[in-house]
Amino acid sequence: MEDKKKSRAPVSQQSFKVEKPTDLNTIGGTVTVELNEKKVSVPFGTTILEACRDNQIHIPTLCHHDDLCVAGVCRVCVVEVEGMRTLQAACAFPITSPIKVKTSTSDVRKARRHVIDLMLSEHFGECYSCIRNNNCELQSLAEEYGVDGYTFGHVTKPTYEKDLSSYSVIRDMSKCVLCKRCVRTCIDLQEVGVLEAIDRGDKTHIGTFLEKPLADVICINCGQCINRCPTGALHANDPSDEIWAAIEDPKKHVVIQTAPSPRAAIGECFGLEPGHSMTYQLNSALKRIGFNGVFDTNFTADLTIFEEGTELIIRLFKALVQKDTSVALPQFTSCSPGWVKYIEHFYPEYINNLSTAKSPQQMFGAILKTFYAQQIGIDPKDIVSVAVMPCSAKKFECNRPEMNSSGYQDVDFGLTTRELAKMIKEAGIYLPEMPKQHFDTPFGDASGAGLIFGATGGVMEAAIRSVVEFVTGLKVEDVFANANVIPVRGFEGVKYYEIPIAVVGPVPDILKHLVPDWNWLKGATLKIAVAHGTANAKKVMDDIKSGGKFSECHFIEFMACPGGCIGGGGQPIPTSLEIRKARAKAIYEEDESLEIRKAHDNPYVTMIYEKFFTEGPCGHLSHKLLHTHYTPRGKYIS
Amino acid sequence: MEANSIKQKRTGIVLFSEYKRGEGISKALEIGRENILFEVRSSKLKGRGGAGFPTSTKWMLTAASKADEKFIICNADEGEPGTFKDRVLLMEYPELVFDGMVIGGFTIGAKVGIVYLRGEYEYMLSFLEDYLEKMRKDNLLGKNIVGKNFDFDIEIRLGAGAYVCGEETALIESLEGHRGESRNRPPYPVNRGFNGCPTSVNNVETLASVPHILIKGGDWYAKVGTDKSAGSKLFSISGDCKKPGVYELPWGTKISEMLKLVDAPSAKAVQVGGASGICVPESQFDRTFAYEDIATGGSIMIFGKNRDMLKVLKNFMEFFVEESCGQCTPCRIGNVKLLEGVEMIEKGEFTFDYINKLKDLGKSMQIASKCGLGQSSPNPFISILDNFKDEILNKIEAK
Repeated sequence: MEDKKKSRAPVSQQSFKVEKPTDLNTIGGTVTVELNEKKVSVPFGTTILEACRDNQIHIPTLCHHDDLCVAGVCRVCVVEVEGMRTLQAACAFPITSPIKVKTSTSDVRKARRHVIDLMLSEHFGECYSCIRNNNCELQSLAEEYGVDGYTFGHVTKPTYEKDLSSYSVIRDMSKCVLCKRCVRTCIDLQEVGVLEAIDRGDKTHIGTFLEKPLADVICINCGQCINRCPTGALHANDPSDEIWAAIEDPKKHVVIQTAPSPRAAIGECFGLEPGHSMTYQLNSALKRIGFNGVFDTNFTADLTIFEEGTELIIRLFKALVQKDTSVALPQFTSCSPGWVKYIEHFYPEYINNLSTAKSPQQMFGAILKTFYAQQIGIDPKDIVSVAVMPCSAKKFECNRPEMNSSGYQDVDFGLTTRELAKMIKEAGIYLPEMPKQHFDTPFGDASGAGLIFGATGGVMEAAIRSVVEFVTGLKVEDVFANANVIPVRGFEGVKYYEIPIAVVGPVPDILKHLVPDWNWLKGATLKIAVAHGTANAKKVMDDIKSGGKFSECHFIEFMACPGGCIGGGGQPIPTSLEIRKARAKAIYEEDESLEIRKAHDNPYVTMIYEKFFTEGPCGHLSHKLLHTHYTPRGKYIS
Repeated sequence: MEANSIKQKRTGIVLFSEYKRGEGISKALEIGRENILFEVRSSKLKGRGGAGFPTSTKWMLTAASKADEKFIICNADEGEPGTFKDRVLLMEYPELVFDGMVIGGFTIGAKVGIVYLRGEYEYMLSFLEDYLEKMRKDNLLGKNIVGKNFDFDIEIRLGAGAYVCGEETALIESLEGHRGESRNRPPYPVNRGFNGCPTSVNNVETLASVPHILIKGGDWYAKVGTDKSAGSKLFSISGDCKKPGVYELPWGTKISEMLKLVDAPSAKAVQVGGASGICVPESQFDRTFAYEDIATGGSIMIFGKNRDMLKVLKNFMEFFVEESCGQCTPCRIGNVKLLEGVEMIEKGEFTFDYINKLKDLGKSMQIASKCGLGQSSPNPFISILDNFKDEILNKIEAK
């Protein structure tokens, strides 16, 4: 599974990836090149861009993105290579011979400036009226190259109508500079393939199958394209005006739940380095903005562990003890709405493998308009429920027609990290200097298990922390040092792990009505896997389809976005592996700082099973409010 | 199809000389790879599509590339405005083209040859397919060709009508079923081409020259033409002349000689190399067709005294605006700007300053575009405005 996947992008959008030698000391392991007359030695196959970056030479780029294959189409990164008639794209040129490169000759500077001028001539709109103002790569380039006017004119009217059809992603192609990052994100990074260039010459534009609106094609709403768009051509569907209106409406009781990933990343919108968690500062900022209740999505993440874990136990019990062959295994996680829509489109025959447990966002929504409404004595129709998520797909998820088990739309608005940052700024708040404050009752602060849902492998780790204790009766700390389940952490595309169950303990009270004892698990080996990014999910699914080792798994965590939620389509821009790693680190550090780090130790979860879901996990009420069903969509497009 | 109706009239030094079908193949299989490469190298044959890359080098590189599968592709996209020589070769001299492909395939180690046929040439398809079938029957294609241990077959694929697909990497993209868009180089097709395999893409005329070279020898071929431009070249000559058509001329022929041959006494300009070529004014008619002077794929358009050169330019620029594949910025938007500039001049609403800025832009396009299309599309803009400045300005003033 570790093999480098064969890219599905056309070769015209790929660079020649020269295999870099493992031992640089072998003959030919390195090449000596001249960069601006300075001799340097670089590994064979390094691109000119990489070589320059390593030697403090800045090369401007636009279509290049570290997460994506190389297109070499914007031509901003052109450099002079001695002996070559034309300039070469530094991003796409692998060094395999001792070349001499010049990066800022007058030809090079003039060509770059021309490219920027040309892009500006067709890029509709003015910076101050753009969502990406001050966070736009085209704007930065224009500044870098001293653009002070439109040399070749400027469009005064939008070239294309905006595509507002999707709950999640808005496309404003008048601002598109055709860098094709979105195309490569969709087909290569995510292997979904909704976007492609259509027509040619000056009519070239990025479009969908048959130019359908985005809502009508097989878009999974992951929003990875938004995160990689250099301009304002792609952005999320922003509900903040409606949220402000609700806050200002005295009849409305507006509550917000915050997911862990936005908290680990929102500081970036306020100029902080990636990797600073703002959980408690955010609480006071949200209160100041005027939210009536501020809750921790991790509470329902903890609840998810109970519901999804119980569901897994039931499935395993049926399959292993009752020999029920109709049980679908492995069980797949269902918290990532991008993943859920992906499987509905691409592997509809496997939707029974999805856990029926709702995502933490939707569980919270259902509880807020039922249990919470009762507790505080407010008519649920007056509750406006907002969820701040790292995710653009959550906007689609909360608008799924089946997500109204409370009798109302369970969650009214999905708000991205970026949009919340904008609201906070609009309210005149500088987040990093806000005082720290805890979450509101009756759900309080949640466990570290719920918190780590944000990083790839987190759901699995949270589940392991509980399942190990439930089944073996041991303390998880005795099995995994400091309760850190390291094997499921990290950014490897697909992770596989086996947990042998050597001993079993007593069945905890909360599960007693489901299984008599754990003896049937004694000596068994729990096989689990974790995949993040739908391209990796595809690998696992194809393996399952062909009866490979992943088909033997019991439980698999899937996240649609690379890195998991911390790399979600609603997170601050830019994104890169380093940034995602920093955010994950922030989450794991926060987890370690907490006293309660296991879902089953969360007293508020115990409270809600005692007070509300009295039949326990997977009981009648929890089935009504906390579980859902899926739609086999296939790839049929009407 | 009346393939041979005109053939009787054609005469030429190499391509339009006598050749017996299969002769080259037998010779090739007899003398072996090294000797073929040797002959082709001593012939100094260069790619006839226009770029002029030495054919022996291309074959040598493809042959040296390690891979289980290799391909030879005949580029019959013939999309350059004003060129129609490949059509003549394919219809009247298919034996040369296909024998050349077999020889090339044998040399580089390919088992499959693909003809990428221009979409508009669909009418040739059944004729060419029949011809290939005949070759199979005569054991010039298929298993154990002419009894030697060599298997090779040729298939024909139709293009879908994009000019850019004449560019070899875009052609390969198109063959693989993608949008016609040029690829980043390196890798070059000789290392990684069709389906990731080493691939030699050769122009129809290049391949057609090879059988003659093998039969008569590389040295014989190299004696034709000039020192740096060996052999003969087919020219597709059209425009204001009395005898348009396809001519085989030795490299080094002067423009003035060519004009005499086709009877064009009143020519004031000759567009050499099609839309992406350069426009030569009367004052330079003593220049020669040669890689060292004016290199060309063979498209020649003659413009008489009464032609409006600005209109000619506008026509070319409209062509590029439409035919740019749209992937790289300089070509996609640059051509639009150049066309706008032409329209400004047409209306008399321009400043010299802005037109000079556009020429400057054209120079950037020539060096910064991703492929040959954008790199050559500013050529007519720059050469026509430079060479016919007075004429264009006089016309505007007269308005």
